[in-house]
Amino acid sequence: MSKSWIDEALAQSELGHEGLAAEGRRQLPLADREQQVLDRIDRARRRRPKVREERVTMSHGAGGKATQTLIEAVFLDAFRNPLLEPLEDAAQLTVSGARIALTTDSYVVSPLFFPGGDIGDLAVNGTVNDLAVSGARPLYLSAGFILEEGFPVADLQRVTESMRAAAERAGVSVVTGDTKVVQKGKADGCYVNTAGVGVVERDGALGAARAQPGDAIVVSGPIGDHGITIMLARGELDIEADICSDTAPLNGLVADLLDAVPGVRAMRDATRGGVATILNEIARAADVGVLAVEDAIPVRAEVRGASELLGIDPMYVACEGRLVAVVPGEDADRAVAALRAHPLGERAAVIGHVRAEQPGIVQLKTAFGGTRIVDLLVGDPLPRIC
Amino acid sequence: MRFVDEFRDADKAHALAAKIAALCEPGRQYKLMEVCGGHTHTIYKHGLEDYLPESITLVHGPGCPVCVIPMGRVDDAIHLASQPDVIMTSFGDMMRVPGSGGSFFDANAEGTHIRMVYSPLDSLKIARQNPDKRVVFMAIGFETTAPSTAMTMIRAKAEGLENFSVFCNHVTIVPAIKAILDSPDLRLDGFIGPGHVSTVIGCRPYEFIAKQYGKPVVVAGFEPLDILQSIYMLMLQLSQGRSEVENQYARVVPWDGNLVALKAIGETMELRPYFEWRGLGFISHSALKVHEKYAAMDAELIFQVPGVRVADPKACQCGEVLKGVLKPWECKVFGTACTPETPIGTCMVSPEGACAAYYNFGRMNRNRVAEAGVAGS
Repeated sequence: MSKSWIDEALAQSELGHEGLAAEGRRQLPLADREQQVLDRIDRARRRRPKVREERVTMSHGAGGKATQTLIEAVFLDAFRNPLLEPLEDAAQLTVSGARIALTTDSYVVSPLFFPGGDIGDLAVNGTVNDLAVSGARPLYLSAGFILEEGFPVADLQRVTESMRAAAERAGVSVVTGDTKVVQKGKADGCYVNTAGVGVVERDGALGAARAQPGDAIVVSGPIGDHGITIMLARGELDIEADICSDTAPLNGLVADLLDAVPGVRAMRDATRGGVATILNEIARAADVGVLAVEDAIPVRAEVRGASELLGIDPMYVACEGRLVAVVPGEDADRAVAALRAHPLGERAAVIGHVRAEQPGIVQLKTAFGGTRIVDLLVGDPLPRIC
Repeated sequence: MRFVDEFRDADKAHALAAKIAALCEPGRQYKLMEVCGGHTHTIYKHGLEDYLPESITLVHGPGCPVCVIPMGRVDDAIHLASQPDVIMTSFGDMMRVPGSGGSFFDANAEGTHIRMVYSPLDSLKIARQNPDKRVVFMAIGFETTAPSTAMTMIRAKAEGLENFSVFCNHVTIVPAIKAILDSPDLRLDGFIGPGHVSTVIGCRPYEFIAKQYGKPVVVAGFEPLDILQSIYMLMLQLSQGRSEVENQYARVVPWDGNLVALKAIGETMELRPYFEWRGLGFISHSALKVHEKYAAMDAELIFQVPGVRVADPKACQCGEVLKGVLKPWECKVFGTACTPETPIGTCMVSPEGACAAYYNFGRMNRNRVAEAGVAGS
């Protein structure tokens, strides 16, 4: 990255700035000037994203703003088509009259084995969940393995055994696969890719863009378990807590929810980027405001404690067995009841509402009684140093 | 959760807010500076301003360790990291701070090995595991983090580790506060004193603010009720015409500080004659370098450090923001050219930076509940 991007960015902002400078001289009241700046930022945020870096950095993989910019500016730009464009968890296609959902996901988790699961069940559940939350019944999976020279065969068998068990639990079959081996040092043990197809049997389209003012936002259980478990399992933090990953197949839970509330507008599984990222996706896709209530969001005490110590916000921490659903306001109680009746949704709760005010922005009513914005993260949650 | 929820109690906050509002003299404007970036973060993260009357303005101070590092030092660090066989270790906050040629993340994408650590001691672990590499710790922070750097150096010396060194950028808070008090463009009514720095240096070093400058100081904790109570204590002093140093954070901060920590700093580091602060310029005796006795661990002596001074981009107004002269959103490039994803200035990078806090948490029109509460009572 050279200095030139700074100049370029400055020139760009000067363009949108002239009007303000002129008005600024008239010295509008403080609150009005602040509102003007907020409007200008809003316009800047709606501009077409552009990747400024010359190389991929770790931020591009963290699920936040940088990831979104990369997806929109590189991948969407290259592959643009109406099926891809909604950027949902799975694409919906019609093949010879049958409605099909298709998705793929790669798994590079470190460590490979952690409390509550391993890369194997993660690879199955993650893809099953992407299909389930898009309204499909998951059927078949593919599995691709990239293995590093020297990786123990016994570990590979552990991984495949948990994939088998997870597939059985979710009622899907792994029907095709691929294996590649790279030299020592060119990969980190074992990476897994799975793709999945499912069939869409229900009427009624789902999508974040369908959220409407008055809708309720429901989460199916305590958030952040998976991310914190992985962070602690790395053993770098010298913190121990009795928590394990929440990795689980959500297709059963989704089916129960859709049976009880056929009018569900959208569902997402809260993986990388956590619940906060999903709320932002909803606000952006439907051009609505979202107001969440911190006190209502279920978080285990262990997860909260570890997050406080690390200076991160559980709302940004990944789950692997939780979904966020947008339902019409009048169906909120029924949705929560349906989720709570399932073992994977015992602590389901309404965490907020969709509203017309402040479109595109997610606000949080803090437990302390104030309000703040919940934005997309730029990169990995960085720990504070003091 | 115990020891956390007690300090975030909304009922207590409402009660305090009413008491604060009652202390405001009609027609008077109050400007209180929270010196520490940790406070800025808390204020925005919990929406604390909602509880304050319009007449009280919180001014964000220079106490964000990442924010005050000048661009040239970032370039120096990247230069060090790109020397053969060097592994640099750094706190996570530094990773995205832009130098003139990019950040640590960009440098890593180009081939350097800059690793994030949670404690300086982790650097020693890395040094032990990689005897053929040279491990350089990028030390930043105020008196809060300096003792842990000091203890790490003491331990490295005791172990006889020869492949560990420190690139020392530690700064001290008091000269910065003095620079702000002497700056002509800002009138402040009082200070919310830095809590964590004071666990090390105690409360005595602030007495000159109360005595010579006549401004009240309340050393504050980091939970939202701590800050609200400190604002109340400042308003009480102002309403009674007092200017004293008070300690709201007595559960953690001893009046005389932490002697063991101070001794460790004195053993391993010494004052630099002067140091450049981003936005504030050169301030004399405001930073620490590795002590002569530890010269073998001083990265600035072991390696050639270019030490080129790099001017901030012209449009960047971090200096004015750090001094509290400008609110974050009053900066010309705020939120358009300078955003958390493409920061131009340091204040937009660190979670403790005023611009990042405002952009991530506060970018909206807020309803102040305190006034609603008072109007209703």
